[in-house]
Amino acid sequence: MSVLLQDQNYETFEINLGPQHPATHGVLRVILTMDGEYIYKAEPVLGYIHRMHEKMGESKTWLQFMPNTARMDYLHALAYNHGYVLTVERAAGIEVPERAEYLRVITVELNRIASHLLWFGAFVLDLGGFTPLLYAFDDREHILDILESVTGARLTFSYFRFGGVYNDIDDDFAPATLAFIKRLRSRMPMYHDLVTKNIILMKRLKEIGPISKEMARRYGATGPVLRGSGVNYDIRKNEPYSVYPEFDFDVPVYTECDSMARYMVRMDEMEQSMRIIEQALAKLPEGETIVKKAPKIIKAPAGDYYAAVEAARGTFGVRVVSDGTNSPYRLKLRSPTYSNLSLFGEVAKGMLLPDALALMGSLDLVIPEIDR
Amino acid sequence: MILDNVKKAMAALEPINMAETDYAAKGFHLDVQVAPEQVMQAAEVLNEELFTLEAVTGVDLLTFAKAAKKPAKKTEEEAEPQEETEPEEKSAPQMEVVYDFSHWDELCRVVIRARIPRDTPEIPTISEVYSGANWHERETHDFFGIKFTGHPDLKPLLLPEDADFHPLLKDFVA
Amino acid sequence: MSLLQSEPIRVLAFLVGIIAFAALNAAYLVWLERKEAGHMQRRIGPKEVGPFGLLQPIVDGIKLMSKQLFLPKGCDPILFMIAPLMVMVPAIMSFVTIPFSETLVARDINIGLLMIFAFASINVLGLLLGGWGSGNKYAIIAAARTVSQNVAYEIPMLITVIGVVMVYGTLNLNEIVIQQAGGFWHWNVLNLKASLLMPVMFIIFFICTLAETNRAPFDMAEAESELIAGIYTEYPGMGFGVFFMGEYANILIGCALTVILFLGGWQSPFGETFVPGVIWFLLKLYAIVFTVIWIRWTYPRTTFYGLLNLSWKILIPISLVNLILTAAMLKVF
Repeated sequence: MSVLLQDQNYETFEINLGPQHPATHGVLRVILTMDGEYIYKAEPVLGYIHRMHEKMGESKTWLQFMPNTARMDYLHALAYNHGYVLTVERAAGIEVPERAEYLRVITVELNRIASHLLWFGAFVLDLGGFTPLLYAFDDREHILDILESVTGARLTFSYFRFGGVYNDIDDDFAPATLAFIKRLRSRMPMYHDLVTKNIILMKRLKEIGPISKEMARRYGATGPVLRGSGVNYDIRKNEPYSVYPEFDFDVPVYTECDSMARYMVRMDEMEQSMRIIEQALAKLPEGETIVKKAPKIIKAPAGDYYAAVEAARGTFGVRVVSDGTNSPYRLKLRSPTYSNLSLFGEVAKGMLLPDALALMGSLDLVIPEIDR
Repeated sequence: MILDNVKKAMAALEPINMAETDYAAKGFHLDVQVAPEQVMQAAEVLNEELFTLEAVTGVDLLTFAKAAKKPAKKTEEEAEPQEETEPEEKSAPQMEVVYDFSHWDELCRVVIRARIPRDTPEIPTISEVYSGANWHERETHDFFGIKFTGHPDLKPLLLPEDADFHPLLKDFVA
Repeated sequence: MSLLQSEPIRVLAFLVGIIAFAALNAAYLVWLERKEAGHMQRRIGPKEVGPFGLLQPIVDGIKLMSKQLFLPKGCDPILFMIAPLMVMVPAIMSFVTIPFSETLVARDINIGLLMIFAFASINVLGLLLGGWGSGNKYAIIAAARTVSQNVAYEIPMLITVIGVVMVYGTLNLNEIVIQQAGGFWHWNVLNLKASLLMPVMFIIFFICTLAETNRAPFDMAEAESELIAGIYTEYPGMGFGVFFMGEYANILIGCALTVILFLGGWQSPFGETFVPGVIWFLLKLYAIVFTVIWIRWTYPRTTFYGLLNLSWKILIPISLVNLILTAAMLKVF
């Protein structure tokens, strides 16, 4: 912390980090009040890509809103699909066949790996290392090919339906997925050698951007940000949904509370997702992929419903208020990075600009999901 | 365990309504409706029990009861609230502010709700207890025009800085 | 023959040659950098314009030259225009004393080493003025970083060089190379007789070269993910182009110095003499340049306090120890 910061009368200047800036990965804007290179105050300004999804939800039918869910967090779109269908299925009381649940889990976890890979590349890019980005994209490309074969989309998936999934997998899916897992397992040591064990990276991440457990609680931080602060909280374990209880996987938790801990959580999560996919493919039951009597028109009894899923960035919650009609009366989308970013201002205070950008990268921001 | 503690502590506040809900059907365990001036105390109760704030949001109840009474098969155009005649017999329309809380150690989701009159929407802020509520309340103010008294900085967050409209109000016309 | 040996013609020929060499290198080092980065990243790199994309630098140059040169609002026009030249000109001037071979040197002056460091300091001044003159906050932060970086790297670099000068007793670059004759075991980097720490000094000098030329991992001054483009943020067209050429010319100078001071300059690694010295010099030079590019595409960027810590806590103490050690060993042997 700069000595000068304590003197309130010291001259500061403001710089605009964004809305067009290489490190904000989109249209986030942060107004930084700087004292030299020390940040005196950081105030995120949101809304540059705000599309009012919640209003769209009110004016569309239940199913019509489904593609919107993929357009919030475009990196982990399937988890957003999942959160929405879970809520609506809970509201309308729709049962899901077991095969569909397994397919949901497999595709969501594949998508999670893709999301973490992209974050990994982009994060190292924020720190000035360009090459890992393209290695990560190379791997991610395989996932996108696999997901394309089953969902028909590469980024904005709209694969889930109320009561199941849209499409069954073909015969190539399982071998391709297992081959990809083998490939990624063989490449993870390379990533760790090239990036994780790099002394420059360690110096830039260790003890940078401390987020204490208590602060995470006050701000409602979730996901890898929270698990990097030593809290063992993962919706997949703590509030089991779908068929997650049937799989044996660990929740990586690091207690250092710094950017390195958040980095390590995500790196370890990729391995856990691979474990889940392997088990799910081995146990994949035969059967239908969508419930036979899937209702064409969803009727949810009037009332409040809530469901949350563990997306790559944290808890994605959907709160639905139904009035019994064929569209939601009120649709609240609780996006994880919105809460995670809200603590940026408090943590960044007194940090140096390069460190603050390391912190911002470690929060794993996806701006369309913050702005919704 | 935690749920019992919360129930006990909440009962001391004498909430307007408190009901344990079926988690499997609803997605939360406890539904508490408090008076608007009590939200701060309710938040403090949950803070004591180490709950974390998931979200704050609002619901405009202007057309809710009416729509809920109607048969469910009406078309979409009708569902849109524009230019519908106000039901005269109803009492003054209300808005609801909803707070979602969850707990890290035990599966326990608590919903706090408070109803406020629609024409003078004011409710105390809880951002002093839960710092994260700052942004959620700003967002709710953007969308519903609900004024959170005591909020440090209630300027638009997601909407443009000169926005004077509140898009999630049911009588909002773009 | 006598005409070529007359001094004015000779200088003129070298002048043209050096400018051509610097400009060609600046252009083709960009190509090399893009190609090398491409292959490291499982891509191909430039390939569309010309065979292997070899015409790409020319096309890039035409693009840069055809862009409008405008002055951003709020800039200081004189500083803004003069700054690129202050980076480019000293870099090219430094080539004057670089011995490409025993005879291929424009001016074989006996304070060559000193002259290069004098010009290198002007380079920093050019970056500072460019950042300040842009009237852009990012550029000013970058300018401040450049200066702090300057303070950090030049001290260990100069202390290292003092050690080398003590060993050879001259500031003439050609002399220094001549004294390293007779195979790679006579090169300064393995000159353990003069100082046991010589290989370490080579590494320190190389790190300082990276810092001096603002190359990754020490490219804090243009840190694109923090400061957009740092000092170059406001520069349009050839304003940026001249900066860019100056930067690459500086990389060449830094690498050439590394080769001359530590890797035997134009001397053959095996002591034979039938391969012309200039070929050995260029081979070594481009090997070092390749390494510089390689490092850039491998490491993340450090922070400026990281560089300051490295410089003041590690590099300067070690180089001081080396200086004393060298002095003692010269006295003893």
